[in-house]
Amino acid sequence: MPSLISKSPCEDLLPVEAGGVKLSEYPVDRVSSVAPFAGKERASGAALKAIGLGWPKPGQSISANGARILWTGRGQAFLVGAEPAGLDGLAAITDQSDGWARLRLAGSGAETVLARLVALDLRPGAFPEGSVARTGLGHMMMILRRDGADAFEIMVFRSMAAFAVRELHHAMTACAARVAAG
Amino acid sequence: MRLTCPLCGSRDRREFTYYGDAVYASRPGPDAPPEAWDAYLHLRDNPAGETRDLWYHEMGCSAWIEVTRDTVTHAVGATRLIAERGGGRASGAGSPAKKKAPSKPRGGRA
Amino acid sequence: MRISGKGLVDRSKTVGFRFDGRDYTGFQGDTLASALLASDVRVFGRSFKYHRPRGVVTAGSEEPSALVTVGRGAAQVPNLRATMQEIHAGLEARGQNAWPSVNLDLMAVNDLFAPFFSAGFYYKTFMWPRKFWEALYEPAIRRAAGLGALSGAHNDETYEKAWAFCDLLVIGSGPAGLMAALRAGRAGADVILAEEDSRMGGRALAESHEIGGQPAAEWAAGVVSELAGMPNVRLMTRTTVTGAYDGGTYGALERVGLHLASPPGDLPRECFWRIVAGRAILASGAHERGIAFSNNDRPGIMTAGAVRAYLNRWGVAPGHAVTIFGNNDDAHRTARDLAGAGVRVAALIDVREDVEVAGNFPVHAGCRIVDTVGRMGLREVVIADAAGKISRIVSDCLAVSGGWNPALHLTCHMNGRPVWRDDIAAFVPKPGMVPGLEAAGAANGAFSTRACLAEGAAAAGAALEALGRKTVTLDVPVAEDGAVRLRAYWEVPEPRHRAWLDFANDVTTKDVRLAAQENFASVEHMKRYTTQGMAPDQGKNSNVAALAILADATGRGIPETGTTTFRPPYVPVSIAALGAGGQGAGFAPQRFTTSDRAARERGAPMIEAGLWYRPSYFPRPGETTWRESCDREVLMVRDRVGVCDVSTLGKIDIQGKDAGRFLDLVYTNTFSTLKPGRVRYGLMLREDGLVMDDGTTACLAEGHYLMTTTTAAAGPVMRHLEFVHQAHCPDWDVQMISVTEQWAQFALAGPLAREVLNSVLESPIDAARPAFLGVIPVRVMGVEARLFRISFSGELGYEIAVPARYGEALYRDLVARAESLGGGAYGMEALNVLRIEKGFITHAEIHGRVTAYDIGMAAMVSAGKDCIGKAASQRPGLSGPERELLVGLRPIPMSRAIGAGAHLFDEGAEPVSANDQGYVTSVCWSPTLKTHLALAFLKNGRARHGERVRLVDHLRGTDVICEVMHPVFFDPEGGRARA
Repeated sequence: MPSLISKSPCEDLLPVEAGGVKLSEYPVDRVSSVAPFAGKERASGAALKAIGLGWPKPGQSISANGARILWTGRGQAFLVGAEPAGLDGLAAITDQSDGWARLRLAGSGAETVLARLVALDLRPGAFPEGSVARTGLGHMMMILRRDGADAFEIMVFRSMAAFAVRELHHAMTACAARVAAG
Repeated sequence: MRLTCPLCGSRDRREFTYYGDAVYASRPGPDAPPEAWDAYLHLRDNPAGETRDLWYHEMGCSAWIEVTRDTVTHAVGATRLIAERGGGRASGAGSPAKKKAPSKPRGGRA
Repeated sequence: MRISGKGLVDRSKTVGFRFDGRDYTGFQGDTLASALLASDVRVFGRSFKYHRPRGVVTAGSEEPSALVTVGRGAAQVPNLRATMQEIHAGLEARGQNAWPSVNLDLMAVNDLFAPFFSAGFYYKTFMWPRKFWEALYEPAIRRAAGLGALSGAHNDETYEKAWAFCDLLVIGSGPAGLMAALRAGRAGADVILAEEDSRMGGRALAESHEIGGQPAAEWAAGVVSELAGMPNVRLMTRTTVTGAYDGGTYGALERVGLHLASPPGDLPRECFWRIVAGRAILASGAHERGIAFSNNDRPGIMTAGAVRAYLNRWGVAPGHAVTIFGNNDDAHRTARDLAGAGVRVAALIDVREDVEVAGNFPVHAGCRIVDTVGRMGLREVVIADAAGKISRIVSDCLAVSGGWNPALHLTCHMNGRPVWRDDIAAFVPKPGMVPGLEAAGAANGAFSTRACLAEGAAAAGAALEALGRKTVTLDVPVAEDGAVRLRAYWEVPEPRHRAWLDFANDVTTKDVRLAAQENFASVEHMKRYTTQGMAPDQGKNSNVAALAILADATGRGIPETGTTTFRPPYVPVSIAALGAGGQGAGFAPQRFTTSDRAARERGAPMIEAGLWYRPSYFPRPGETTWRESCDREVLMVRDRVGVCDVSTLGKIDIQGKDAGRFLDLVYTNTFSTLKPGRVRYGLMLREDGLVMDDGTTACLAEGHYLMTTTTAAAGPVMRHLEFVHQAHCPDWDVQMISVTEQWAQFALAGPLAREVLNSVLESPIDAARPAFLGVIPVRVMGVEARLFRISFSGELGYEIAVPARYGEALYRDLVARAESLGGGAYGMEALNVLRIEKGFITHAEIHGRVTAYDIGMAAMVSAGKDCIGKAASQRPGLSGPERELLVGLRPIPMSRAIGAGAHLFDEGAEPVSANDQGYVTSVCWSPTLKTHLALAFLKNGRARHGERVRLVDHLRGTDVICEVMHPVFFDPEGGRARA
């Protein structure tokens, strides 16, 4: 039996580069939402500790062994890069692997580019590595994580992938033009 | 205008959707008289001064927040999660069910 | 004329530009104003109402008169201040409001009729006949007056918006601002220093003062150099802070590309910033004001401070024989600077008797100007002494100083009012009007250089403390500390000719007195009646004088008269900057389904459903109209099979012990009894009893449900569910999250739907499994999927959901298979026809004013439980024979076209609103039944099946008799879907 061809959200759209800033797509990975049931918060945290992570505080992420868990809301987190093992019955789990376009914006001008689209204080002091925020990328809902000194993980709805790439690329070229104009 | 989401911190007002007076979060019980429902749905004070209203952090963490603010000075006072107003819920929620003890706040910090 | 040895411009770089069709050259660093003044150009434009020749009045952004149009074609920008426009190679600028040119303007005839054009003239004349006002008078008056014009062409330039965050925002980089930024920067705070000008330094660039023993401009350059080396300090030149808003947010307009000859294509012209600052310091300086006297508006008359700026910063003397006129000691500095540069000072006139001025030029103390001569440029100044003796002074430039007004606008942007200080005859800010913002320096009424330096440093110290940061000490350099000596003087009394206050809107002292006389005594009324203060300069040059004259005319003091309300923006902001990013496709996010590419490849025109793009229909060769395609697709679904992408409908995953109980609360009917593997149609009400949304919810497993919503209501329903949960039952054990994007979902509808599915599923399905309204897990070509048996078409129907990464592939495959069986893809038009034929409702029917009773679903509101909206839905008036109820309509004859939005009347009744019986919500041509059909709401409709009603569309001129019937037109028993 033939198998269905799979496509990533940003297939054929990325990478793009301008002014030393690069926008690329993260490799497709397992993403699950995890929301502990009533009274099962501690047990859920323990199950996540068992795979080297734990329950993240609001605005934070925990990374280990190629996996990470991002705080995404009250009583909710996204587990990336690992199977939600040991959580059956402890938390509501949904597969989110296909629902989000996951973009990586990297380069010394990344923060400057994001300033065009994100109404959040992204200064390293206010948003250090590992920080997570649910906020807007322009008018799009976004999960944002600082992935390094000059790198950000940007998650937007899959259906808005093309639009997000367009907006980000536009901001990248505008910033690059400022540098070129001196 | 900026609002402080108890979970996400200070954010621009654009991230929030305004709903209305904080009284919306205190639903009359199913057996309440029509006057109670009428007041809940339609009757509002319009203070020049302190007011409490409900905002939804739609572009953020999806928390519903009660904001205390001053309609004259625009000063924003306290914000709190409506889910953590504390105590067992009154019968405002649906048909009578088994009584439950008030649960501890879940996940995140207030 | 250009003075050698003066100015900060780079004389090694010449720049060529055009003004009003003639070529000129200037230097790098010149503005249009300084370069043209250097070339002895005097007339820059014509005034708003009277078309009088006008020249440059100031050297800064408060310029009221020298407004020019720059550029050609779509890039043309009107009303730019010549004092702010930096020249670049190839710049092209033109004067405004004159025809054929500023030097010869035929509309100047207006000036002859001036007595008829005083304030508010259009309320008293041009009133009759009434019809002529709109058609003739107003357009003519508008054409006769005005400023620049837009090109009318679409603007393709790039603009942008951006956010910035800092501990301290310093607004203005004069001595006060530089000290503040320096102190805070050295203390390690994140500082943004915003400067409106292209160069930092403020008045330090315009005055011949010394700071710390060096020329002020050099001192400023040294501070800027140190600031530029601090990673925690951000210098933003060409950036005007335009408004103070709540929460420490400031709006600012940055001119990014307006000064460049050949900007890179992607470079934005302007950037509108939102800056969020922990604290802010307003160090915006002060604006010099004039004095009103006869003919005080001639080209060549400008502020005394501007003359110094042109001399000291640009090395330009705006005249060969300069007269100075003022009421204060500050004006004398203009005479000294000019004389020191070798420019002839024709006279220094001071209205005060007791002045002593050293200098080799004539001084006239206790005198006043009573007239000026020189329509196209000042030639002569006429003065009178205390006794009234007249003297005439030959002069081509008049430098006027009536004192200085602190530029305090931002402090009043939250409805604050400034306070009056008699000692400087000016308004100053009241502390704390904008939380977190304090003024320092001239903006605060401190005018000596030393006071500015000290206040800037002190303000930074206070800000650092408020921010909880450690401070550093900063010594205040040595600088002049002269006291302000002035005598309040707003106008020369009893002018024989018009004396101007507001140059930009052509408002005179007589107009203000007229307003008072006609009882427009409130300063807010005077403003609107005379239009003083309503021009692009927003009265920066005239507000205080105008209210002083109003005070005098109404017998009140200045504080009692008060100021008008200050509002953002502080300077004009282009709408393109405010709307940056929102043009064209950027207006709203675009959402595309996984089948989008395949649909477009098939030539489907796409329609917008909210933010989504969905295919309207799939034209086949030979089909020339949408109706042909739609009709074919409908029959194709009813006879064979159709494939439709339904991914856009909201899908919400709900889990937990109390999930069923939660659904019972939000739905009118019961879901806690729904067994795993079953699907149920649900109705959702608003708390006021009106229908909010409908959809199907499936039980996937014990305590695990999947709710669907309509496409349009996906967001609002999610918001509603979160509210109900968090507000009314936060202790319930239930979790919810959207999975709309996770699953690509396709409907297969038609008698051959099962056959198509069985060719892709790993395990075959039959009529029993899944049964109608069932859901089962399946595998399709190696992928775990969900199969729902639900029907929106009324045919045998399924929806198959796969993880979205497989969506495109599955859609292409399903369509190909359907086509091989004589079916194919169908779009929104056919989808709509199919559901209308079956009487299925959408938000066309659930439009926010219908109840469950209205749509015939009162029985779905379970009697045995509470739900959102139940109590209010039982209010009197929300049910009963007066209600407009859902019905079907069929026109007689069936070929008559009908349109949605038409209203219904009894046969024979006059089609007026008093006789209104209802309205039409959805219409279609039904190829299945070969008739037009409509869904409508008709008063007491359920009791009127078989009756005839009159359908009238007043907009489109339709008038048709229709038969009232049950809304399910086709297959009323629903057998086809249950096959």
